[in-house]
Amino acid sequence: MYLYDEIDQRLVDERVAQFRDQTRRFLTGELSEDDFRPLRLQNGLYIQRLAPMLRIAIPYGLLASRQLRALADIARKWDRGYGHFSTRQNIQFNWPKLEDVPDILAKLATVQMHAIQTSGNCIRNTTTDHFAGTSPDEIVDPLVWCEIIRQWSTFHPEYAYLPRKFKIAVSGSESDRAATQVHDIGLQATRDATGQVGFRVFAGGGLGRTPLLGAVMREFLPWQHLLTYLEAILRVYNRFGRRDNKYRARIKILVKELTPDVFRAQVENEWSHLKGGAATLTSDEVQRIEKRFTRPAYRKSDALSPDYVLALATDKAFSNWVRRNVQAHKVAGYAAVTLSLKKTGAPPGDATADQMDAIAELADNFSFGELRVSHEQNLILADVRQTDLFELWQRARALGLATPNIGLITNIIACPGGDFCSLANAKSIPVAEALQARFDDLDYLHDIGELDLNISGCMNSCGHHHIGHIGILGVDKQGAEYYQISIGGAQGNQAALGKVLGPSVSQAEVPDVIERLIELYLARRDSEEERFIDVVRRIGINPFKEYVYGNHHQPAASRRRQLATA
Amino acid sequence: MATIISRRRVVADNWQLLKLSADGSIDIPSDGDVIVPLSVWLAQRDALVKRTARLGVWLEGKDDPALLAADFKHFALIAVHFEHFVDGRGYSIARLLRERCGWQGELRAIGDVLRDQLFYLSGCGFDTFALRADQDVQAAITAFADFSEAYQASVERPQPLFRRRSSIPKNDTTDASI
Ligand code: HEM
Ligand code: SF4
Repeated sequence: MYLYDEIDQRLVDERVAQFRDQTRRFLTGELSEDDFRPLRLQNGLYIQRLAPMLRIAIPYGLLASRQLRALADIARKWDRGYGHFSTRQNIQFNWPKLEDVPDILAKLATVQMHAIQTSGNCIRNTTTDHFAGTSPDEIVDPLVWCEIIRQWSTFHPEYAYLPRKFKIAVSGSESDRAATQVHDIGLQATRDATGQVGFRVFAGGGLGRTPLLGAVMREFLPWQHLLTYLEAILRVYNRFGRRDNKYRARIKILVKELTPDVFRAQVENEWSHLKGGAATLTSDEVQRIEKRFTRPAYRKSDALSPDYVLALATDKAFSNWVRRNVQAHKVAGYAAVTLSLKKTGAPPGDATADQMDAIAELADNFSFGELRVSHEQNLILADVRQTDLFELWQRARALGLATPNIGLITNIIACPGGDFCSLANAKSIPVAEALQARFDDLDYLHDIGELDLNISGCMNSCGHHHIGHIGILGVDKQGAEYYQISIGGAQGNQAALGKVLGPSVSQAEVPDVIERLIELYLARRDSEEERFIDVVRRIGINPFKEYVYGNHHQPAASRRRQLATA
Repeated sequence: MATIISRRRVVADNWQLLKLSADGSIDIPSDGDVIVPLSVWLAQRDALVKRTARLGVWLEGKDDPALLAADFKHFALIAVHFEHFVDGRGYSIARLLRERCGWQGELRAIGDVLRDQLFYLSGCGFDTFALRADQDVQAAITAFADFSEAYQASVERPQPLFRRRSSIPKNDTTDASI
């Protein structure tokens, strides 16, 4: 956990006081709705279909158990007893009252939390790999770099009123688990030929209505220059990004319209003035930040307990869970465990206050009092002793948090959709629930193997449907809710945007279509090792299209009949 | 007479802000301190230089501040106009004027300038502020103290916080041992 120093704490406290005064002026009519809106957005406060929505930052996804307990208290006292963990490593409350928000922020500040820049056209919460600091393939610990970026971007005087929101993601490993190529800026740690640490820099990636992968700005940026280079990108964007049309205002549009080469040249020109300046990082500063992170006091690994070994060999439910929800750790004798917030019948990412308290206790008992929020909307205990796994599993199972579906088709990423969001074309949560019910059989689920299925309720793509192996997008078809299905998307080093399969289908048809896709995949894979996405890459989308929609010339009605009987 | 905030105090102000009329013309009074649009400066510089009163130029978000750099000696003031306060281009223009072009004279924020942006504006190098007419100028003074520190290097704080923490030696960028 990064621990605030006196100045970090003071700035967050001053922010609470500032927002309290702004809210007071708004409520007394001194501040108009138009003048207040950007201020409240920069404190995470949206006005939604049902009530305000408050988005609280969980910087780079790292959370202490006492912070989770504070979130549970907030859910009970000011909300309806639950919160929604989002794909941006933060938590959202759907029911707070505007006049209570300053008190909620004050409560958060007591546990070193805030809602600063969680919305609005500014630099947002920097996100990273949810296994940061524990993965065997790490080049740097991305948490340290995320905190450096958090400090630099917090209350940055020049970039509070950008053309549009701005999101930075950092990967510290060879294998990118932070979706860096679909962010406004993506940073991938790497080493040059001399072994020096630096970053591969991408800019202009994003999803939304114009999905694009980031363009490489620099193959290698030495770490000292990270902040001056970010300044250069932000300044070019702030000055020249489009402000005439909010749908053309993200940096990806500027990069695309200028072309990556011209944009890069402008950034390099700006950087030539900033390079080596006062914002150049020092190793003292990097070490200072590093030392402010508490680190788990790992114990020497004991022999695995006989209970654990026996259970692994004989208890199929346990071994399934270990296979899916337990990850290798860089420290011998430890493992990272994913607690699933994707139980059938519950909206993906939702957690009740009681669950939060119980999870906080699991973190205290099993993982040094810390946890992580993943962008797949699950919670992770990153430092669990292997000998404790069996006990943890039993307790997690009793809490409904041990669904062994990580990486599988039912580990759905879904945005709040039409049930909560005023921008939605269609609902997403009932679709997720229908799919979880359809693929409820565990053996079948594990046989299908790794598959990312992502759902967004509209083109804003909060559910990342473009980078799901299967993506489902809510569309409006003459006032009715329909769903467009795409396949072939992927996150990670082989990031790709999915291709649309064909005409959109009704909500009732979605599970059938997905099942057809799975049937064809199972028939065409060359071994159990070949994943769904591998088959799509190998044979292309046409066989899937034909299997789902039948012959192109077939009339729609008979096509639908065929689908229904499939 | 208008009041503005100058270096955190409310003061009376004599400058006249001149704008192009709809047909593109502009009336420049023969005396009195005036602030003219960049395009007028570029087109009528000889006439403007001959006036005896003080001269200022104002820029819009789309303008390139570098166009003024060679002419600083003619100006007593440079202003940056905010069409709407959420259009943040003026913040970058201010820093470029201060940090790149070396403007040391008065830098004024004009247009849709509100209390709640003063802290950031001041960080980027503005030192005088002509607030939107409906703002309570006196009450707005407190906004400069909204925060007592800042992490970043800026015009107000040329060294970032991490270089001002006393224990940290300056300019140590050579050691890559992390
Ligand atoms: C419920 C209210 C919500 C509203 C009104 C909302 C609104 C939006 C809008 C308008 C955009 C598009 C911005 C653009 O492309 O410029 C967007 C993008 C995004 N939202 Fe949401 N959102 C909501 C909830 C969520 C939730 C719950 C999540 C996480 C599960 C989320 C994650 C994201 C992400 C990751 C993007 C970025 C996609 C990209 O890279 O373009 N949002 N949101
Ligand atoms: S994708 Fe659309 S429907 Fe879903 S939360 Fe975002 S804006 Fe709302």
